Amino acid sequence: MKTFKSLALASLAIVITGGMMMTSCGGSGTASKADSTAGKSGDDNTLLGAGATFPNPLYSKMFSEYDKANGQKVNYQSIGSGGGIQQLTSKTVDFGASDAPLNGKQDSALPAPAIHIPITAGAVVLSYNIPDMKDTLKLTPDVLAKIFLGEIKKWNDPKIMAVNKGVKLPATDILVAHRSDGSGTSNIFTTYLSKVSTDWESKVGKGSSVNWPVGLGGKGNEGVAGSIKQTPGAIGYVELAYAIQNNMAFAKIQNKAGNFITPSIASITAAANITIPGDAKVSLTNTDATDGYPISGLTWILVYKEQKYDNRTQDKAIKMLKMIQWMIHDGQQYCAPLNYAPLSANAVAIGDAQLKSVTYDGKPVLQ
Amino acid sequence: MKDTVDNDLITRPDANSGRVIKSKKDPEAVSTTKRLKRSHRQIKAENIFRRTLTVVGWATVVLVAGIFVTLVLQSILSIKTSGFGYLWGKTWDPVRDIFGVYPFLLGTLLTSFLALFISIPFSFAVAIFLGEYFPKGWVPNLLKNTVELIAAVPSVIYGFWGLAVLVPIVRSFESKIGAEPIGLGIFTSSLILAVMIIPYAASLGRSMIQMVPSNLKEAAYSLGATRWEVIRSVILPYTRSGLFAGIMLSLGRALGETMAVTMVIGNTSLIPKSIFSPGNTMASVIANEFTEADHPVYLSALIELGLVLFVVTVVINMIGKQLIKGVTTN
Repeated sequence: MKTFKSLALASLAIVITGGMMMTSCGGSGTASKADSTAGKSGDDNTLLGAGATFPNPLYSKMFSEYDKANGQKVNYQSIGSGGGIQQLTSKTVDFGASDAPLNGKQDSALPAPAIHIPITAGAVVLSYNIPDMKDTLKLTPDVLAKIFLGEIKKWNDPKIMAVNKGVKLPATDILVAHRSDGSGTSNIFTTYLSKVSTDWESKVGKGSSVNWPVGLGGKGNEGVAGSIKQTPGAIGYVELAYAIQNNMAFAKIQNKAGNFITPSIASITAAANITIPGDAKVSLTNTDATDGYPISGLTWILVYKEQKYDNRTQDKAIKMLKMIQWMIHDGQQYCAPLNYAPLSANAVAIGDAQLKSVTYDGKPVLQ
Repeated sequence: MKDTVDNDLITRPDANSGRVIKSKKDPEAVSTTKRLKRSHRQIKAENIFRRTLTVVGWATVVLVAGIFVTLVLQSILSIKTSGFGYLWGKTWDPVRDIFGVYPFLLGTLLTSFLALFISIPFSFAVAIFLGEYFPKGWVPNLLKNTVELIAAVPSVIYGFWGLAVLVPIVRSFESKIGAEPIGLGIFTSSLILAVMIIPYAASLGRSMIQMVPSNLKEAAYSLGATRWEVIRSVILPYTRSGLFAGIMLSLGRALGETMAVTMVIGNTSLIPKSIFSPGNTMASVIANEFTEADHPVYLSALIELGLVLFVVTVVINMIGKQLIKGVTTN
């Protein structure tokens, strides 16, 4: 009898726990996430954001400075662009952040239209390890694509020699290093290669993770940098800021206008000095600007165009938009010290226009 | 005193399920005869305690089942799109939504079994040394604690150590034997994993060996057996199931290890040509790509990868259990 009773109790408990688990998995994360973060976003004094890891050092600095000046806390979780977009889609954050503009699929997955506000620009540089090389390596888009496709295998390949006249290149094998984790850096780099090489576009394509034809994957910038530093003959791509901080050699890349450009904050800002469309969804890779570095990219903050959703207050919408406005104006001073490129004047103008288009209950939030 | 407690522990895995049921009924029988001596409150407390244990015990089962169900539910999209080709497809291309896990499955199994192969001599040596030759004293104590400390070091530290120290060594080794001198790859990962899993088999083996009844050993010695003979024909047969359980524990750890492996395996989706080639494991692919999996099919394919890893672990564990059973009944 006793056994039966305790068994009944136990099975009841199992049913309850099981039921709870089923509901939490049935919502595929969306419902449960909404519940768990509802408390946080209900807190009027903290803005919640999630997304790209690439601008995280800059955002952390900006948000801490903004808090000092205006007493407005921002909680930013750098979980990756994909995650940021998902959290925005499920409305668990006030704003999302991404290194790539939303694509058609992601746009249609959103419950309401969202706008892109460019915040800063960064560059991806090609770092290499060629022993006894004193000059800076020069690369053309064609050679770069062929190296990453595995078609050029040695450093003294005639195609590389033709670009680097008068430079003595060794007969070492080329070892390609790439990111193993999905990243905005990879996205910018593969987007660039897809633009300049039809072979790359048809064989590999662009994305934050792709099926690399050759090479070794390293986790994070530090993983790629480790492979480059340790292996003679290695070439790989890392963020400009990381390469500068770690004194890594990086190549000059030929841009669309035919000039070989050294990546720097100035040449990235120059790359953004092009006509930016009204929705700010533009890729800076393979820029038309004559002195712009071709493998650059903007990074965006994403917010809903109509801010009245769920239980959102107008006050919160105003606070958030003011904060973003500050980021693209006063906040820009923190870019250069952290090796991010400040926005070009026309990018700021587009950002302002985008912010002013945000509405609350149909009326513009910012005057 | 300690010995008797340990002896209980040692017989428990050997006991078959019939005995467990019996022990469940026992307190019932005992309680009917002794209930008069117990206060009502005592009985109540006993029952509450027993129920709590039952619920908590079952909760773990439900939890594992829940994880399995979640993995299956979230993989449905990927299962529908990729079908069975998912298991033996050789291309993993998130851009074109072509998902085949064969290279990662191969990478996981290769690294884990190679690591196990490398670690077994070391863990058994440590177990026999500490269990039989020098069970007491400060040197064995130091050794014992050091071995246990290996398990406490965070895996990212092994990864860094591997990247900074082991990779250059392996690279020069590879150039000597004529393999492609990369340094990163399956062999390096197996070495790191081997170090990481030594303590599991070693600790379990050591406590098993210490529990071998001394009258058995003394009997063997009195018959003129040498130390090696005692180890081979008394200690090892007596502790076989425990040593085997330790190996299974190590293997489980090796299958799931993510961080350290990711840092030294080279992370390519190409099928490894030899043990010196770079490769990838299922766990490291999930860790690498989950954050930026930006479309539903991709995310679902990664979750299905988790499901495959789960199933592989369960299957290997079941095979291991069968092997232990076979070894003990002989």
